[in-house]
Amino acid sequence: MEKDSTRFIADHVIGLPRSGIRDFFAIVAAMPEAISLGIGEPDFVTPWNIREASIFALEKGRTSYTDNKGLIQLRREINVYVENNFGISYNPDSEILISVGVSEALDIALRAVLNPGDKVLYHEPCYVSYSPSIILAHAQPIAVGTSAEDQFGIDPAAVEAAWEPGCKVLMLNFPTNPTGGVTERDKLERIAKFAVEKDLLVISDEIYSELTFEGEHTSIAMLPGMKERTIFLHGFSKAFAMTGFRIGYACGPAELIEAMMKIHQYSMLCAPILSQEAAIEALKNGGPAVAKMKEQYHQRRDFIVRRFNEIGLTCHLPKGSFYAFPSIQSSGMSSMDFCTGLLEAESVAVVPGTAFGPSGAGFVRASFSTSYKRILEAADRIERYAEKVCS
Amino acid sequence: MSSVLQLLLDGERLNTAQMAQVLNLPEEEVNAELSRLEDEGILLGWRPIFNPEKSQENVVRAVIEVKISPEREGGFGRLAARISRFEAVESCYLMSGAYDLLVFATGSDLREVALFVSERLASVDGVLSTATHFRLRTYKEQGHLLLTAGESSDRPAVSA
Repeated sequence: MEKDSTRFIADHVIGLPRSGIRDFFAIVAAMPEAISLGIGEPDFVTPWNIREASIFALEKGRTSYTDNKGLIQLRREINVYVENNFGISYNPDSEILISVGVSEALDIALRAVLNPGDKVLYHEPCYVSYSPSIILAHAQPIAVGTSAEDQFGIDPAAVEAAWEPGCKVLMLNFPTNPTGGVTERDKLERIAKFAVEKDLLVISDEIYSELTFEGEHTSIAMLPGMKERTIFLHGFSKAFAMTGFRIGYACGPAELIEAMMKIHQYSMLCAPILSQEAAIEALKNGGPAVAKMKEQYHQRRDFIVRRFNEIGLTCHLPKGSFYAFPSIQSSGMSSMDFCTGLLEAESVAVVPGTAFGPSGAGFVRASFSTSYKRILEAADRIERYAEKVCS
Repeated sequence: MSSVLQLLLDGERLNTAQMAQVLNLPEEEVNAELSRLEDEGILLGWRPIFNPEKSQENVVRAVIEVKISPEREGGFGRLAARISRFEAVESCYLMSGAYDLLVFATGSDLREVALFVSERLASVDGVLSTATHFRLRTYKEQGHLLLTAGESSDRPAVSA
């Protein structure tokens, strides 16, 4: 008899938990009629001009590999875009790399800089891949908890307290999935000072930056002295509604981009050319569509947050992203029980906060990237459910 | 733009109670705003948008390019108003370029539209010439794409 093949799997992969989103998706998939506030992507289809650019490229036979770093036209457009929106300039020849989504950029950035046993600070709750990506790079994740009291922004004192010898990297992602939390400039300044003091490299994931509803978004890379110790990651998925194109980019010091390029070159070769062509169009002419979608998210956010608070599920105002992260502590239930109960009783899907790390306990993530009709109906159903389960 | 108007343009057909919820306004205020939009002639009406390829009614639609001679004091306005009043005229615009008025007209069959053009429109004093084009097929109707396979989405119900 054949032995179980599990013995071939690497130790650090065996120990890796599956994404909590994946688990919950399996439950929801069995209920196709449910109203889902579970999606982590725009409900808009990619604007037509962007899709059309990709089709045109296909028609012209542009189906080849590109430079490992990506099309130079795209890297030039990225430099212009980042300079206009963040006030930082990167050399398109040596300081920009096009990746297959920010996920790949994050992975190769970590792999390029981490030695086995190095430690990485990151804030939590956060996107599901952060801790696993660190573990896959044979490093040790150190979570810095964020809380509803701070609207899920990061507290510099908590970063300082979490630091320990061997910390090499600090990962930031504001606005944050799943909380919509942001971190104000003065706090980032203090974190930047600490990063310099401890010689930390910062990896900053800017994927939700365009979807900032209050105030100006500040990236830590914009602060004095930070560009040379920051890998700036950004992509097209959220703001331009291009999730399926799988296209993102990394900007940073030439030596680091070169190191990342080596991994990218051997594992990915290059990002798909059709997605790169679409990205060029997105940067050149996508601005108005982004503004329109952002306005929609903004209005939906105001509504759903108000409703959660009326219902008695206390919800801070997410300053960015398209997620609300209400507390379900008044129910006395675990996040998972609340979500499965809501799904069974009212056919509404929200994601348990614990899918985004232990500090997400007592919260659920509700995406407002869906139509008003659905949000209105979902809010009424959640209200009915909360009346039953909350004391 | 008024927030109520913006919601209407989003096209989700929310009732006033739902609009009030979304906008965090009392329902009376939404009703008042809708009345204002109607009173001031900004909001002209509420009509469903049909897929002409599927709707049961037999309608022939034509666009007619009309050349007219402007009148002293009246300009194009008086003639345009006169043409617009015909029941068969759905929309009427003053255009720049090779002709003056663009008229969208409907009828229950080809003959009806042809009669309208020859008997009514062409005989109006001041109309110099007409050129009529009949609609054969509709690909997009007031913002709604038709005849494409549709933009189906295999979006997972729960994702990162």
